[in-house]
Amino acid sequence: MTASPTPAVVTRGLRRAFGDQVVLDGLDLTIAPGEFVALLGRSGSGKSTLLRVLGALDGDVSGTARVPARRAVVFQEPRLLPWQRVLRNVVLGLPRGAAARQSGVDALAEVGLAGKVRAWPRTLSGGEAQRVALARALVREPDLLLLDEPFGALDALTRIRMHALLRELYERHRPAVLLVTHDVDEAILLADRIVVLTDGRLSLDLAVDLPAPRDRSDATFAALRSTLLSELGVVDPGASG
Amino acid sequence: MSLATDQVGGRANAVGAADAPTAGRDGGRATGPPPPAAADPPARAPGPARPAPALVDPTLGHRSGRRLPRLPRVPRPVARLLGPALLLGLWQLTAVLGVVDRHTLPSPAEVWSAAQGLLESGDLQAHMAASLVRVAKGLALGLAVGLPLAVVAGLSRLGENVVDTNMEILRAVPNFALLPLLIIWFGIGEQPKVVLISLSVVVAIYINTYSAIRSVDAGLVEAARTFGVGRWGLVRHVVLPGALPGFLVGLRLALTGTWLALIFAETVNAPEGLGRLMNDAREYFQLDVIFVVLTVYAALGLLSHAFVRFLEARLLVWRRAFDGQ
Repeated sequence: MTASPTPAVVTRGLRRAFGDQVVLDGLDLTIAPGEFVALLGRSGSGKSTLLRVLGALDGDVSGTARVPARRAVVFQEPRLLPWQRVLRNVVLGLPRGAAARQSGVDALAEVGLAGKVRAWPRTLSGGEAQRVALARALVREPDLLLLDEPFGALDALTRIRMHALLRELYERHRPAVLLVTHDVDEAILLADRIVVLTDGRLSLDLAVDLPAPRDRSDATFAALRSTLLSELGVVDPGASG
Repeated sequence: MSLATDQVGGRANAVGAADAPTAGRDGGRATGPPPPAAADPPARAPGPARPAPALVDPTLGHRSGRRLPRLPRVPRPVARLLGPALLLGLWQLTAVLGVVDRHTLPSPAEVWSAAQGLLESGDLQAHMAASLVRVAKGLALGLAVGLPLAVVAGLSRLGENVVDTNMEILRAVPNFALLPLLIIWFGIGEQPKVVLISLSVVVAIYINTYSAIRSVDAGLVEAARTFGVGRWGLVRHVVLPGALPGFLVGLRLALTGTWLALIFAETVNAPEGLGRLMNDAREYFQLDVIFVVLTVYAALGLLSHAFVRFLEARLLVWRRAFDGQ
């Protein structure tokens, strides 16, 4: 995939060490505007570290990184302020006013929570809270959406619904997306490009050429899964149906 | 069913049809699935079948059966007074039975009539008012000092370095040890009493609010930062609301401390106040009046706690498990 002239994300030689342990070792990554990239890697491979650097949560790096000014992050936990109602959580950080409130209401409607505008976060289920977090991220029309294993804490059924929702929101808003996940199937379902982080660098960079809607039982899907799993050093358990 | 691995009796029966796949077993049946890849874990022979167990009824012991008849619903605050009510009843009983000497333990009835006498003469109200005013001033002063100190120490490393150890020292020094010092500095009027009361407030408020500020979920602070919330916004919208529950705990402890400090403070030349009432009663061996004052202290303590619980219910609405609408 050729990079567009003005990429959304560029890193060159990004290096991050925690004491003696080098987590990112000269990482080069380019993401085009509107591109949906999934980042896979073993536990402790540095996926979250990379995301935190790009999300301006970790500045202790060498090398260069450039990201858009308008970014949003979705974490594994919803991280909603429990003492503010849902709408105020969604418009957190936006300039106050009726316009921001309206866009917040619209964002909640998009994720299917129009009725929860005045609810307290503690009354929400895990899936609902994570949807609020998605609304909060998208309401500010970010150029880059960073997702750190956003569905890891949800049950499998909710996760399926969230996959569909995320892809739908992506198609509508078209930010550049970096989805950090350990779930290979999730990566293939959602992303147009998959990169694998190994030993602090990208060891694999594949385009996903499957047409929507993507089917897990598709032969190409399964082949891609096998390739990725072997790259991650995992034996594919169910090689056939 | 002549293959060795299939002679598992009960197991095979449970699986059902005779040609249910038992893939992976060595010596698999001739018409079964192909043998597995070498990576499979070594096959383990299934254990012997268990005999069917005897069954018991899991609902035994939970049915209504011998339940007591349901009493009418009593509100919690009233139900919690059952303990003191029983104690009172027991006390009255010992008085009626003459078990204890009247001069060492007056009966509740005597205490009540002493209280009535004080109320009618207006003495009880006047003394209580004086004491309450002292406590109110001490509380206000303590909050005005303790809260900003906690915020300063909680929000900045420099603040913590300057403030925290001093507060630990203050906490370690007992109230009554400071009283003579305060008298020397402030005389024997109202000031030393109010200052003494405020000291326990400062310590309780500071310790709890400071620790609450430091315990605010760092993940929330981080998330708010990624959404562009600035320094002051973080304090106003994340840190202080997050510290509010801890502050209220501190307030409850502070209120407990004020009543105790009041007792100490009023041992020093208090023309009016509950402590004065107590001192006089001691001098004239008026045991019933002493009990009246003790009851007033107890009631004030309970009311303070009820007040803080009320605040918590109003301010911490978001903590409840049902939708606040």
